[in-house]
Amino acid sequence: MSNPKELRYSKEHEWLSAAEDGVSTVGITEHAANALGDVVFVQLPEVGDTVSAGETCGELESTKSVSDLYSPVSGEITEVNEDVVNDPALVNSAPFAGGWLFKVRVSDEPGDLLSADEYTAFSAG
Amino acid sequence: MGRNDLARHCLGRRPTVSSTGELRHTALDALHRSLGATMTDFAGWDMPLRYGSERDEHLAVRTKAGLFDLSHMGEITVTGPQAAALLDFALVGNIGGVKPGRARYTMICRADGGILDDLIVYRLGETEYMVVANASNAQVVLDALTERAAGFDAEVRDDRDAYALLAVQGPESPGILKSLTDADLDGLKYYAGLPGTVAGVPALIARTGYTGEDGFELFVKPEHAVELWQALTKAGEGVGLVPCGLSCRDTLRLEAGMPLYGHELTTSLTPFDAGLGRVVKFEKEGDFVGREALREAAARAESQPPRVLVGLVAEGRRVPRAGYAVVAGGEVIGEVTSGAPSPTLGKPVAMAYVDPAHAAPGTSGVGVDIRGSHEPYEVVALPFYKRQK
Repeated sequence: MSNPKELRYSKEHEWLSAAEDGVSTVGITEHAANALGDVVFVQLPEVGDTVSAGETCGELESTKSVSDLYSPVSGEITEVNEDVVNDPALVNSAPFAGGWLFKVRVSDEPGDLLSADEYTAFSAG
Repeated sequence: MGRNDLARHCLGRRPTVSSTGELRHTALDALHRSLGATMTDFAGWDMPLRYGSERDEHLAVRTKAGLFDLSHMGEITVTGPQAAALLDFALVGNIGGVKPGRARYTMICRADGGILDDLIVYRLGETEYMVVANASNAQVVLDALTERAAGFDAEVRDDRDAYALLAVQGPESPGILKSLTDADLDGLKYYAGLPGTVAGVPALIARTGYTGEDGFELFVKPEHAVELWQALTKAGEGVGLVPCGLSCRDTLRLEAGMPLYGHELTTSLTPFDAGLGRVVKFEKEGDFVGREALREAAARAESQPPRVLVGLVAEGRRVPRAGYAVVAGGEVIGEVTSGAPSPTLGKPVAMAYVDPAHAAPGTSGVGVDIRGSHEPYEVVALPFYKRQK
């Protein structure tokens, strides 16, 4: 699997797009989606919520497990992906596209986000 | 996503057999890897969890066919003039009454009535039986049978390494197997087994399974497993056969309302507590281990029933997991033993032990505490799914 070069990645397996007008899009990686198996339920933060880098802001439920969703950055939620709430399988079928999870107006980000190459090495190890 | 969550799966609370941390591998291990399987530690075995989407695998078994590697199951052979007498003493079922070529679902209990394991016993001949135990309990069952064999003219043999086990399950499975064998499959009833040859490989062909569908389990020598897997794959190509992992096996058996050891069955429950008192045959001749305690358990179940095993169907989409509390009116009234999203129903389902007052199908006001939130659930009779014959 290939991790898009233009994104950055957390060690918690989220991806973060470059900010446009200060707003970045967040999803989970294909590696994470594959490891989870079929995602059947997604609980996302609400628009207006403040999230903190590295802290829980939702959950992802698959056939066999339930996992906390963390935010890779701090900021305010500006939009959540209702399509993925209605059809959680999008996380598996298009993790880097239609399966995005939320948009956040970034106020602060940790210094340890990874490049695509770094994340590829990290997730293989 | 938490890093550690990626490795976490909820296949069960089964204890792993391996204490050294070294996993055992089946004869099909390299093949699973070449198919890109996601592997998981299951009772000390490195087993395929899924090859692709577990939902697709599940639906393939319901509508077409699926191919499983179940080589982790524990085979124990019991032979000798008193093989039947030994099994009648050691197990709760009437094993002497099983005709050669047939199989029986039964249990092995402790003297206090607690369930050590649930088993399938195949009568291969007049004086030869094969007992199939769950992987996590195979050693316990082997030890108990060996101990209980004292004084009987019978031999208990550990045949775990003598067999690989492949299962073909689903409505297309009879057609797939027929194309590979001359064995009389039409004459092979459900819960029966006969020796035969499949794709040139000697096999015990059994019409059993754990999916709620028609299907076959093929016991073969490990050195023949790859050849047989490939022949079955080829024979099933045109009718939608797919390789299936243990993840979908679990959702298939859950929909079919079949108990799983470590979840619905444990040493702290008797068969009567599990709603499976019918497997205990008090009318059989002679004593058997657990008889007295099970008599009492049967009487208790009738006069003062313990918790009852029921089905729960979600109104929402959050999935109940084993160990979650079942609640009503703010009180805990039971516990989930197995839960999963049901691909067939399109909703999360669960099996749970609940207080009798809340056990009737249609009982309202029942919920499951899902990490602090009480989600509404409907009480239903098991199974969730029954195949149309």
